[in-house]
Amino acid sequence: MKKVTKETYLNWYEEMLFWRKFEDKLAQVYIQQKVRGFLHLYNGQEAILAGALHVMDLSKDKMITAYRNHVQPIGMGVDPKRVMAELFGKATGTSQGLGGSMHIFSKEKGFYGGHGIVGGQIPLGAGMAFGDKYHKREAVTLCFFGDGAARQGSLHETFNMAMLWKLPVVFCVENNGYAMGTSVKRTANHEDIWKLGLGYEMPCGPVDAMNPVAVAEAMDEAIDRARRGDGPTFLELKTYRYRGHSMSDAQHYRTKDEVAEYQKIDPIVQVKDILLEKKYATEKEIKIIDKRVKERVAECEKFADESPYPDKSVMYDVVYEQEDYPFLSHKL
Amino acid sequence: MRTIQFREAICEAMSEEMRRDESVYLMGEEVAEYNGAYKASKGMLDEFGADRVIDTPIAELGFGGIGVGSTMTGCRPIIEYMTFNFSLVGIDQIINNAAKIRQMSGGQFPCPIVFRGPTGSAGQLGATHSQAFENWFANTPGLKVVVPSNPYDAKGLLKASIRDNDPVIFMESEQMYGDKGEVPDGEYVLPIGVADVKREGTDVTIVSFGKIIKEAYKAAEELEKDGISCEIIDLRTVRPMDHKAIFDSVKKTNRLVILEEAWPFGNVATEITYQVQENCFDYLDAPIIKINTADTPAPYSPVLLKEWLPDHEDVVKAVKKVLYR
Ligand SMILES: Cc1ncc(C[n+]2csc(CCOP(=O)(O)OP(=O)(O)O)c2C)c(N)n1
Ligand SMILES: [Mg+2]
Repeated sequence: MKKVTKETYLNWYEEMLFWRKFEDKLAQVYIQQKVRGFLHLYNGQEAILAGALHVMDLSKDKMITAYRNHVQPIGMGVDPKRVMAELFGKATGTSQGLGGSMHIFSKEKGFYGGHGIVGGQIPLGAGMAFGDKYHKREAVTLCFFGDGAARQGSLHETFNMAMLWKLPVVFCVENNGYAMGTSVKRTANHEDIWKLGLGYEMPCGPVDAMNPVAVAEAMDEAIDRARRGDGPTFLELKTYRYRGHSMSDAQHYRTKDEVAEYQKIDPIVQVKDILLEKKYATEKEIKIIDKRVKERVAECEKFADESPYPDKSVMYDVVYEQEDYPFLSHKL
Repeated sequence: MRTIQFREAICEAMSEEMRRDESVYLMGEEVAEYNGAYKASKGMLDEFGADRVIDTPIAELGFGGIGVGSTMTGCRPIIEYMTFNFSLVGIDQIINNAAKIRQMSGGQFPCPIVFRGPTGSAGQLGATHSQAFENWFANTPGLKVVVPSNPYDAKGLLKASIRDNDPVIFMESEQMYGDKGEVPDGEYVLPIGVADVKREGTDVTIVSFGKIIKEAYKAAEELEKDGISCEIIDLRTVRPMDHKAIFDSVKKTNRLVILEEAWPFGNVATEITYQVQENCFDYLDAPIIKINTADTPAPYSPVLLKEWLPDHEDVVKAVKKVLYR
């Protein structure tokens, strides 16, 4: 695995903090109704993305996930301003305002969405890997989904074929404890989601996903396996989401203490502690990073605010490749 | 009469029927401990216990099919989909099993099941979360499709749906759960397959159903100021459809506008249009106009969504056009 150095930690600190603050900003502008619809935030789960990015080959590897999807494309290199603009429904957004909060895409940067039907992206992830294998690209797909999604039939059908055909995909369940208000233990007769791989003899196991190093190590092994043609891996990334499922969640299903327990092992705090302990950065240098992050987020909001709304014609332009498709009229 | 919310009407209907009949149970995602994603089953876990108000994993194919299977051994399930968009994951169980098991078994296995949940758009939720499949289900022999538009109808029709011995698709809306309306104290049941004249009028008939009918009400108020009298028919049930109610009205007004929140190709409005031209051809004084959502997946951006989703202004325009005004 590529070494985890001082630079890695500094980068992890700044990027994870940026993702966190980016999401916080979205929560804020949601209340101001600049962003509408559902809004699912990633706070608490950042170590997963940080760890994965450390070991991916960004020139060809790909990522796909569910609707909790604002910061992954940013990590993959998408301009965060455009992600913010998408949530504002603006023409400058990653999908020109068509997709919104749940559907960020960037083919250019290898981020394949942004999917709203729980479990729907699991076969897609395997399919992306199928295409890469077919074209002998030696590229690997990281396919993320939630603990709730792990209960969909799509997972089982896909696991079987991915194993049968040794597809270059890493299935990553982000076990954040809950699917909306349903805890993992209320959805199955055991809590070890990673064991779902056993029935297919797919290499599988749990990972401490509050720690980016642990994530990177597990991902590295899985990505190597996929790249050398030995097929998929199933990782259960044990994490936690701090915020509600979406914005209208009273969170009666858990206690404040439980959230506080996880905040003690917060990935950003863990990385910050290492920066200070190992003297990779001083308090003062960290403050400079914090300030820079704040400015970067502010720029995103400004850009999104100032961008124009899309032209009505785009609604039709993006449906078919055929340019003169004869749409039916729907009103006078 | 009391005034209650749509979600309370749903909750009362389910609770009353569960008290009345032990074989009725409620199953779906977040229906029990969370009291329903939209609080439509509030308090039901406490009253009926976890054997009859059952939280499921996110597994629409599995729990939909388990619901259907349990009818074969004597249960009368209410299966809740968090929205009907997600029923697509398990639609095989509805179309291939629920709708056909009675017919294939030569009448041995009736399928008394209700699949319920919200349909249609609910603001800026994007392409996969804003779909109306009334016509998909209504196209399938073996199913009944009920789409109420207010708390009174919802309660009476849901009770009828639960008592019905055939599979019923019962469609609500996230944007209606908070709507308030008058509902009697005592028990009542409304028949499936009977439309309701929500507003009497003489100049034009507007047929609609579900939450979008509120746009027709607004349009009618506005048109009244111009001296135009609209009759509004709420279908309430899409399959079987109350043709007589539509024909009677069209024979009186001679003009028809249909407002349906669905894609325009082969939708419920298309079916109504066919029926009316066949049965009321000589009564029509203008071509029928149907108003639908745009022929595209739902967009997210507010400006695009406004274009995509019809509203009362579109109804006003259509009414004026069929009146040549
Ligand atoms: C097929 C389907 N069923 C239900 C839903 C509604 N829904 C959206 S998110 C969600 C919970 C998913 O939880 P999980 O997979 O653990 O992901 P997390 O939100 O924790 O990231 C549910 C039930 C949906 N979008 N799609
Ligand atoms: Mg989860």
